[in-house]
Amino acid sequence: MNRERVVVAMSGGVDSAVAAARCVRAGYDVVGISLRLARDGSGSCCSLDDFHDARAVADRLGFPHYVFDFTDAFEAAVVRPFVAEYLAGRTPNPCARCNQHVKFDLLWRRARELGATRLATGHYARIGRDPASGLPVLRAAADPAKDQTYFLFGLDAAALARTLFPIGDATKAEVRAEARALGLPVADKPESMEVCFVPRGDAAGFVARNAPAAALRPGAIVDEDGATVGRHDGVHRFTVGQRRGLGLGGGVARYVRRIDAGTGTVTVAAGDRLCARGLVARDVSWSSGRAPARGTDLGVRIRHRHALLPARVVDSEDGTVAVAFTGAGPAVTPGQAAVFYRDDVVLGGGWIAGEIG
Amino acid sequence: MRLYLDHNAGAPLRPEARDAMLPWLGPPANPSSAHREGARARAALEEARAAVAGLIGAAPAEIVFTSGATEANNLALRGADAGGRIVTTAIEHASVLETARAGGAVVTTVGVDAEGRVAPEAVVAACSGRPALVSVGLANGEVGAVAPVAAIAAALAGSGAVVHTDAAQAAGRLPIDVRALGVDLLSLSSHKLGGPAGAGALWVRSGTTLDAQLRGGPQERGRRAGTENVAALVGFGAAARVAGATLAESAARLDALTQRLWQGLAARLPGVVRNGPASAPRLPNTLNVTVPGCAGESLLVLLDLAGVAASLGSACAAGAPEPSHVLVAMGRTRDAARNGLRFSLGPDTTADDVARVVELLPRLVAQVRGEHAA
Repeated sequence: MNRERVVVAMSGGVDSAVAAARCVRAGYDVVGISLRLARDGSGSCCSLDDFHDARAVADRLGFPHYVFDFTDAFEAAVVRPFVAEYLAGRTPNPCARCNQHVKFDLLWRRARELGATRLATGHYARIGRDPASGLPVLRAAADPAKDQTYFLFGLDAAALARTLFPIGDATKAEVRAEARALGLPVADKPESMEVCFVPRGDAAGFVARNAPAAALRPGAIVDEDGATVGRHDGVHRFTVGQRRGLGLGGGVARYVRRIDAGTGTVTVAAGDRLCARGLVARDVSWSSGRAPARGTDLGVRIRHRHALLPARVVDSEDGTVAVAFTGAGPAVTPGQAAVFYRDDVVLGGGWIAGEIG
Repeated sequence: MRLYLDHNAGAPLRPEARDAMLPWLGPPANPSSAHREGARARAALEEARAAVAGLIGAAPAEIVFTSGATEANNLALRGADAGGRIVTTAIEHASVLETARAGGAVVTTVGVDAEGRVAPEAVVAACSGRPALVSVGLANGEVGAVAPVAAIAAALAGSGAVVHTDAAQAAGRLPIDVRALGVDLLSLSSHKLGGPAGAGALWVRSGTTLDAQLRGGPQERGRRAGTENVAALVGFGAAARVAGATLAESAARLDALTQRLWQGLAARLPGVVRNGPASAPRLPNTLNVTVPGCAGESLLVLLDLAGVAASLGSACAAGAPEPSHVLVAMGRTRDAARNGLRFSLGPDTTADDVARVVELLPRLVAQVRGEHAA
């Protein structure tokens, strides 16, 4: 037997189950791995039930399945930065970090130790090939409603070359139908949409429990003229563009415009004042290895599931890029990812540092 | 062919136990019933009780059957009263440590040395001459260390201490005589010695006060309510009988095989570390090693894919162990404590099996390390 070995990352959900099934059907020597990431298990992921579900799928499909304990690495690579970002007044994107540092790096290294030549996941994304360079490129999923490339921009060409996204060409309905046809016990399992390690979606509570009390930044809520309109007990409770939970009473709807963690000041403004002209992203990586030239038109996504915004590169150097929106601009949230596309191809991405001035 | 070297997690059912159980998988078997069927069940149950008692030099009436060693440990720690204080060690099974912490007693946890050994003076000092429930496992299933339980019990005699020992890993592997040990309570597991899972016992020295934790029936002399699982307990009894009869021969054979495994690995894996006692007393069947620079999880998976079942310390429900609390207590770093690879041999293990691991593991280590360097 000399089949190529593939490690399939299995969450216990239906997507990775069908991804594994498709790898089996393609003739790979499949090894399923589930990762224990969150330590206290109080979030929506990594419960024993999920591991048992993944194991039941593996048993049904006839391949071995194991659980690796990655709690220490996840804490260092994802949880601590998540807390630090909120404390710094930004709104982090832990899923993208987890993919980049944990699943497609640490897990890949383990997979290699196990003799695997490829890593497969149940993400909705596709891998294409750049006709000019011949290098693999990340492409949006066939089902635009499920596309997860926003969380996968950190994968470079080397990572893409060894990655399989077996369900990238399927819709969710097709994946569920396939799972049912195969008799997989997770066919109708509900999806988890929240940050997996944050119980009940309460990010502010999670940050408060996981940060030293002295690191929390209470302060004033001010309007754009600098007049104090309220108080708050920590900047980690806010995200730029947020309307609910400001505790400012009735009247004109106001939104978080800016967060200054240094002074603890949260600035609010009416909705029409939120629109940014463009954004600056840092730690940007480009799949081609080179930043696009100034003046290049591209699409940018600044939140998962948000529409692609037309934009133009206005400046770029040393991993930092500034783009101007060529249409109406939305609120720009520092800490979120900015992912750049040409049609359905991911050109690169980075982390939003702020608006362009 | 699969090679099973995880007997400390659970041993395969001995043929004698299986044969003894089969007739009990059909008929009604409530030992408390007045009819003939009940009487037959009662006779079988008491025969099993005598066999289990015989393994540890006890009187049958002192055996309380339970669903396993976990329940026996819970019963001992919750049911014995010793002044609201518990003295235990850092390397106990979770069913001892978590039960001790959950009960509201003041808990003192005594440490161990780098080889996993408990100093009797440390346990005695922790009791400070006052009544306490002392729970020290007889043998540690992760690294094979054997605790000086007899010395501890002797030193505490007359102090008001109630001494419990979890002998789940020791029974059937080391000779046990409860009178010589001098303890008051001793936990046993069926499936560690080749009986079925779901059966165990707490030996309760005659005269020891013990509150039932499961109430609602007169079974087990009022110390554990609920209709006994006759088939499982008959299997437990049969396994205990065979384990006792073959113990001396089996222990010598396993000790030689374990030594051969260690020496073979040490010769082929420079830098490999043995976690556990360098010499007796220790479990004859247990070898726990750390291979530097190799994730234990990777080696475990590669062994499994190559047909060899081993483990990383103690089994946990999902098979995803935290760093071993035993290795941490022995002074290993958190990282090193993730990587202790345990082989636990059993009655069917052969010299060829050992040779297979000695040949296989260094190849897998080279694969893991080679891939690292690439």
